Amino acid sequence: MALRQCAIYGKGGIGKSTTTQNLVAALAELGKKVMIVGCDPKADSTRLILHSKAQNTIMEMAAEAGTVEDLELEDVLKTGYGDIKCVESGGPEPGVGCAGRGVITAINFLEEEGAYEEDLDFVFYDVLGDVVCGGFAMPIRENKAQEIYIVCSGEMMAMYAANNIGKGIVKYAHSGGVRLAGLICNSRNTAREDELIMELARQMGTHMIHFVPRDNVVQRAEIRRMTVIEYDPTAKQADEYRTLAKKIVDNTNFVIPTPITMDALEDLLMDFGLMDEEDESVVGKTAAELAAEAATA
Amino acid sequence: MSQNAENIKPSYPLFRDDEYKANLANKQNNFEEKHEAGKIQEIFDWTTTEEYQKINFEREALTVNPAKACQPLGAVLCALGFEKTLPYVHGSQGCVAYFRTYFNRHFKEPCACVSDSMTEDAAVFGGQKNMKDGLENAKALYKPEMIAVSTTCMAEVIGDDLNAFIGNAKKEGFVEMDFPTPFAHTPSFVGSHTTGWDNMFEGIQRYFTLNEMEDKKVGSNGKINIVPGFETYLGNYRVMRRMMEEMGVEYSLLSDPSEVMDTPADGQFRMYAGGTSLEEMKDTPNAIDTLLLQPWQLVKTKKFAQTTWKHEVPALNIPMGLEWTDAFLMKVSELTGKPVSASLEKERGRLVDMMTDSHAWLHGKRFALYGDADYVMGMTKFLLELGAEPTDILCNHANKRWKKAIETMLAESPYGKNAQVHIGCDLWHFRSLMFTNKPDFMIGNSYGKFIERDTKYKGEEFQVPLIRIGFPIFDRHHLHRMTTLGYEGAMYILTTLVNSILEQLDKETMGMGTTDYNYDLVR
Repeated sequence: MALRQCAIYGKGGIGKSTTTQNLVAALAELGKKVMIVGCDPKADSTRLILHSKAQNTIMEMAAEAGTVEDLELEDVLKTGYGDIKCVESGGPEPGVGCAGRGVITAINFLEEEGAYEEDLDFVFYDVLGDVVCGGFAMPIRENKAQEIYIVCSGEMMAMYAANNIGKGIVKYAHSGGVRLAGLICNSRNTAREDELIMELARQMGTHMIHFVPRDNVVQRAEIRRMTVIEYDPTAKQADEYRTLAKKIVDNTNFVIPTPITMDALEDLLMDFGLMDEEDESVVGKTAAELAAEAATA
Repeated sequence: MSQNAENIKPSYPLFRDDEYKANLANKQNNFEEKHEAGKIQEIFDWTTTEEYQKINFEREALTVNPAKACQPLGAVLCALGFEKTLPYVHGSQGCVAYFRTYFNRHFKEPCACVSDSMTEDAAVFGGQKNMKDGLENAKALYKPEMIAVSTTCMAEVIGDDLNAFIGNAKKEGFVEMDFPTPFAHTPSFVGSHTTGWDNMFEGIQRYFTLNEMEDKKVGSNGKINIVPGFETYLGNYRVMRRMMEEMGVEYSLLSDPSEVMDTPADGQFRMYAGGTSLEEMKDTPNAIDTLLLQPWQLVKTKKFAQTTWKHEVPALNIPMGLEWTDAFLMKVSELTGKPVSASLEKERGRLVDMMTDSHAWLHGKRFALYGDADYVMGMTKFLLELGAEPTDILCNHANKRWKKAIETMLAESPYGKNAQVHIGCDLWHFRSLMFTNKPDFMIGNSYGKFIERDTKYKGEEFQVPLIRIGFPIFDRHHLHRMTTLGYEGAMYILTTLVNSILEQLDKETMGMGTTDYNYDLVR
């Protein structure tokens, strides 16, 4: 089976890392050989697989060694649950340096060192929440991730972010092979969430590949730095991740997305009651002014 | 191949040997996808037309042969002008190699300047570590008394904070708290070398005086502050000192690299030589006033001198040519109460005499010029004083107010009527103008020589000879030691211009029995 490279994007805090690691654990259970590349200075993309607080990152070790050239692949590549290979790009503390450059450096290093040449079925890039500069688009450059999954929920800002990421993909899709492979709904238990995301997916030209319900077992597993698959293989939630994994293995729905306009997105949110009809007459009015208007009316 | 150890030839004349001619032709024809000669000629001819010029001036995205250099280059020159000061560039090593070679080639002199050599991990994590080690090592190795820090693009793009980084390095003991470390952020993608000079000088003003103003009183030291700005004619520093000394005026020349960029060959290497002392810099707020020699290029310096030092900083132009040198000296006299010295009056008389002597040759001669804002302004002014006609005047980094000012000045002179002013343009724009609006000469830095070659290729009658006044001048020796400011500078410029005209005339009238009717001994 040819190597499939997938990137996971989505709004910050939506559950990308948790979803990715559970998904990857399920893939490993299916006998797939998988690698996770964490592209986030927080370096929390592999902790559930390695049972560690945070893995030593490529950038951290490069800084210690002097230059990236002084590093060897085995220094940074760790193996965890289900023989899943794990690397973290790492990056600076907030407020200094350039995190985007860190991702670029790390991924270049992995390529040069032949990290992808091993017998792998899947590589998953877990990418920092909001794409802000060229560095965070590194995983979807030529010859890297071809499939993009966006994690979202039925919350307004998560959907905005998903749509924006869609816009980012379009920029790269026309010059290369990168395609949107689906939305993963990580439920926040909002009303009619599945319908809403399915509708958003339809309008963006893709599909909701799976609806992952909310379940506290995920948090219980996380406290033990484990995936649900490993912590409690019999849990109902473990089956949800297994289903997601199977759907991804069988997925052939790869598209150039058709991100929707702000107006269309707002209409959608209004249809589902997440947003009130905009009242132009109140724009720019202070509370005091509105109170005065109400009094005279 | 045909090199002989006893007689090593440089590329010219070596490449004129038949063997090399054949080799080069073979390379062009077989490996360089060379177009046929007719096509090359056709395109060349097209680039000399009005039609091409129009397209050229509509160019938006591309700069060809920029008429400027980058900010840290200016910051480094500013720092070199202070006593025992090491210019330190926070950023990548290659940038600093560029500054050093640039100055090496212009001044024919070594240039001490260090980089903290940010590499890939510094780009990701920020350059704090480089700053700590860099300051400690640079101080230990080169024993400066001040380290003046500027930045390259790399540090600026990732947003390194010099104030915090230098402060942290000091707090952690990498250098002493009281060791002078003025700094300036100098992103190369903003402004030019002249902006960088201004920024670095403001950093030095800030470092030595911002929090030391309580005991300062304007005029209490009886001196005049003179700020040169980005100045590469070493004679200009010397002439300023001479003029002030002849007038008996106490002064502080703030940043003076004329010693360190012109050290004698006496067997002793001097990493540091001369320069403005730090004591002098600390004393600057006590001066009567601050005079800027290149006011268009010293915006931040001026603002600081006015708001913090409470100096008036009178509106003067660059002291270039007759009238603006007069204005400068009279202002110095007014501020200090010292009369313009008899020696300077005599010098002025000599200049006027020279101007009248050469007037017949200079009158109506057409010159195009390019360079930095103040230099171009001053040169244009002097050309008008000489009765010469500026044709195209180009400055990359000048602003619209500058353009308006120079246009006003041109409109006031009968010789300025046909002049065009171009800002934000490069030397490829200038090249077009040299074909479509052919002047008698162009005045500028060494880069103009390629334009001269191109104009000559079109035909002898189209050739626009280059007169080298400006920065950088790489292909002639020792011109950096000349003077362009004051009466003395005007004499140098006048001499250079008029003799260029006479040489050109000789060249044109040298044809035996054809053009030599006027090949006169006396001009």
